[in-house]
Amino acid sequence: MTKQNREVWITGIGLVSCFGEGATYHWDILGGDSAPEAIQEKELFAPYTVHPLPEIDWSKQIPRRGDQRQMENWQRLGTYAAGLALDDAGLKDNEELVSSMDLVVAAGGGERDIDSDHQIMAEAKHHSDRDRLLIERLPNDLRPTLFLAQLSNLLAGNISIVHKVTGSSRTYMGEENAGVTVIENVVARIAAGQSTHALVGGAYNAERLDLLLIQELGNYLSRNCDDPVIKRLENGGGIIPGSSGAFLVLEDAEFAKARGATPYAKISGVSSDMGARDDKTIAARVKTIFDNLPQSKNTIDSIISGASGVKNITEQEFAFLDQQFGSDIPVRATNSLIGNSMEGTFPANIALAALALKNGKFFPPSEESEKPATLDPKTILVTSFGHRFGEGLALVEKV
Amino acid sequence: MSAKYTDHQGRPIIVVTGMGTLTSLGRGKKDNWDAITGGQSGIKKITRFPTEGLNTQIAGTVDFMNTREVSAPAISYAMADATAEEALAEAGFGSDGFPGPLYFAAPPVEVEWQHRFSLMDENPDAETGYSQLLEAARKKSHMHMHLLVQIGGIAYRLAEKYQTKGLPISLSTACASGATSIQQGMEAIRRGDTQAALCVASDGSVTSEGLIRFSLLSALTTQNNEEPHRASRPFSRDRSGFVMSEGSAALVLETLEHAKNRGAKVLGVIRGVGEKADKFHRTRSSPDGVPVITAIQRALDDAGIIDNHVDYINAHGTSTPENDRMEYNSLHAVFGDKVSSIPISSNKSMIGHTLTAAGAVEAVFSFMTMQCGTIPPTINYENPDPDIHLDVVPNEKRNAEVSSVLSNSFGFGGQNACLVFGADVV
Repeated sequence: MTKQNREVWITGIGLVSCFGEGATYHWDILGGDSAPEAIQEKELFAPYTVHPLPEIDWSKQIPRRGDQRQMENWQRLGTYAAGLALDDAGLKDNEELVSSMDLVVAAGGGERDIDSDHQIMAEAKHHSDRDRLLIERLPNDLRPTLFLAQLSNLLAGNISIVHKVTGSSRTYMGEENAGVTVIENVVARIAAGQSTHALVGGAYNAERLDLLLIQELGNYLSRNCDDPVIKRLENGGGIIPGSSGAFLVLEDAEFAKARGATPYAKISGVSSDMGARDDKTIAARVKTIFDNLPQSKNTIDSIISGASGVKNITEQEFAFLDQQFGSDIPVRATNSLIGNSMEGTFPANIALAALALKNGKFFPPSEESEKPATLDPKTILVTSFGHRFGEGLALVEKV
Repeated sequence: MSAKYTDHQGRPIIVVTGMGTLTSLGRGKKDNWDAITGGQSGIKKITRFPTEGLNTQIAGTVDFMNTREVSAPAISYAMADATAEEALAEAGFGSDGFPGPLYFAAPPVEVEWQHRFSLMDENPDAETGYSQLLEAARKKSHMHMHLLVQIGGIAYRLAEKYQTKGLPISLSTACASGATSIQQGMEAIRRGDTQAALCVASDGSVTSEGLIRFSLLSALTTQNNEEPHRASRPFSRDRSGFVMSEGSAALVLETLEHAKNRGAKVLGVIRGVGEKADKFHRTRSSPDGVPVITAIQRALDDAGIIDNHVDYINAHGTSTPENDRMEYNSLHAVFGDKVSSIPISSNKSMIGHTLTAAGAVEAVFSFMTMQCGTIPPTINYENPDPDIHLDVVPNEKRNAEVSSVLSNSFGFGGQNACLVFGADVV
């Protein structure tokens, strides 16, 4: 938790999800009187369901084919969403402001070549010396450019190359928590006067067998069940991954005003921690995380939850929300509609909170147990309870 | 805050009170310092996996960690644990936990081939491929493997063990990551978020696939497989690529006031940092050098260095043809012709390129340079590059009073981070 001095405005949103692309488009789809049908791919990765990428014309934000070729879909998605955010903030072609803009990206591991992995595995099945097989095959099978698509910091690198954002460039890594810490870091830097304007966000490609495997090693994926988050718990719960890219332009309010930019909303605080997850310990820790948020936490009227559907931790999150706010407060578990995007989830949920605040209306329930909103949102709590580690909270408010 | 605790910009003075390091030359500061001031190389033939037929068969591997499995996350964690422990012990933080956040420069971790093979063997009758691996994963939970391949996993474990505050940060700026971890600690302290920060960097990713990936980018030297100790030749005419290596370092950062109040010994001062991202290319620097020049100048200015005077430069000095030329040109642009009279050396000539860890390992050696009054050499400097006019402290250590150091770190993806260290509070 950082001492808040300067106000931190959200002045640009770049959002891509299974529904499509763009801030306005997402509000049109998600902000109506009833929630849309979730878009899910149920066959390709069965027994797992994922929310797939929409159709995207990459060249709209990544004009050079050469640049597109140097990336795989995870980096394309992030670079694309970053471009949308810059456009939305009116900064896209402002060379002076992008060259002084700070960049902080939440990233996971890069792409693997699944076909090449399959071929080596097939050969390894009956091979007596698998270490030798690797050194014989990999030099020929690996594409040199793929390595660059595998480096975590190369999403940021591509954003610098394609969109010319070069003030500074940092990549934070590590599941849902990376999404929390990038926002927390940028908010702290702007509040303290270390940065005036920054591009921050993350992306996730859910349609990757190698990433499904990582989550399933811990048995965290939902199997044969594509229900929304709360209902999913009845079947044992689990993650339904979703492809998304979410970037935000955050600015010092004075800096934004001086260039005539208008805010969606302000982020008035981010707080996070990690530790043991027995019921008692996590309840005490989350209470402290919450208490560290600024005073306006007392006016929270709506909640956007990053709950993944992983049973224990989702139940612990809802127990906290129940205890803190009572059971009537409208909570929207956005994983039900756009899936879990790991590093991209928290930035996406901040973006959705900002859209609701700007439009003066909260999202409709996406499942039976979610309460309808009776008030126009003014102060939204955004939550992140990582599937295995870490908890974070952010306060997003109407300006 | 009293003026004696603040720097030229009124910010808290940041000092180092504990350090740890571990490289292919050994475990701990003392063994490493003895080795690098003795001009010893840690580069050797790879024995971890077969290398016949590979263009590059050498590396600076760390082969003494005795981990349950030999994988990037297992070795990287073990090394980070060792250096964090060394640094915290020196700083005097014990079982009460650490009063600040963890900034961890994290290597890339993922499911490795050994994991894929072991999952295949758990489920041998299924059709080969990822569906087979997923089926094995469904049959029983693999929580340890899951923890190993969480990209934030090493930092989570360190944070729990050493009881650092808040969510740990796992960061990557490629080969500048070690410097970035220190930078992140500095920024947090300067913001007033914390009085102390634990900065750790670790990289143990010499796997066959890791080596081959760098090899395919033509980044590694292929010239000295039979004489590994001669392979890393920064600033030489016959340099031909870097040597992939493993290592770790940890530094405890505190405000001077915090250190004094608890009676901790000050090992040195972190005076400034400069950063500038490059938009030119994924693996190459802008030909005009402007981002690197800007990062260096920003670091000197941030440190309040007058007339760009530093006593010593700890080079990025990877031994690739391009890096060393670019580094020289950029230094020349900042310091002018007098750059030729500033001693500069590359620790990588001896320990190779410890990648994610390099900036932090080299920070530890920079502080030891100031503490001991000894500049470690650049070894293998037999054929000077005629276009690079630097005093590289060739082949033999040199005794010199050093009270300020510039340390450079550059990485793929346009990452440039430079740090300025001081021996004493100025």
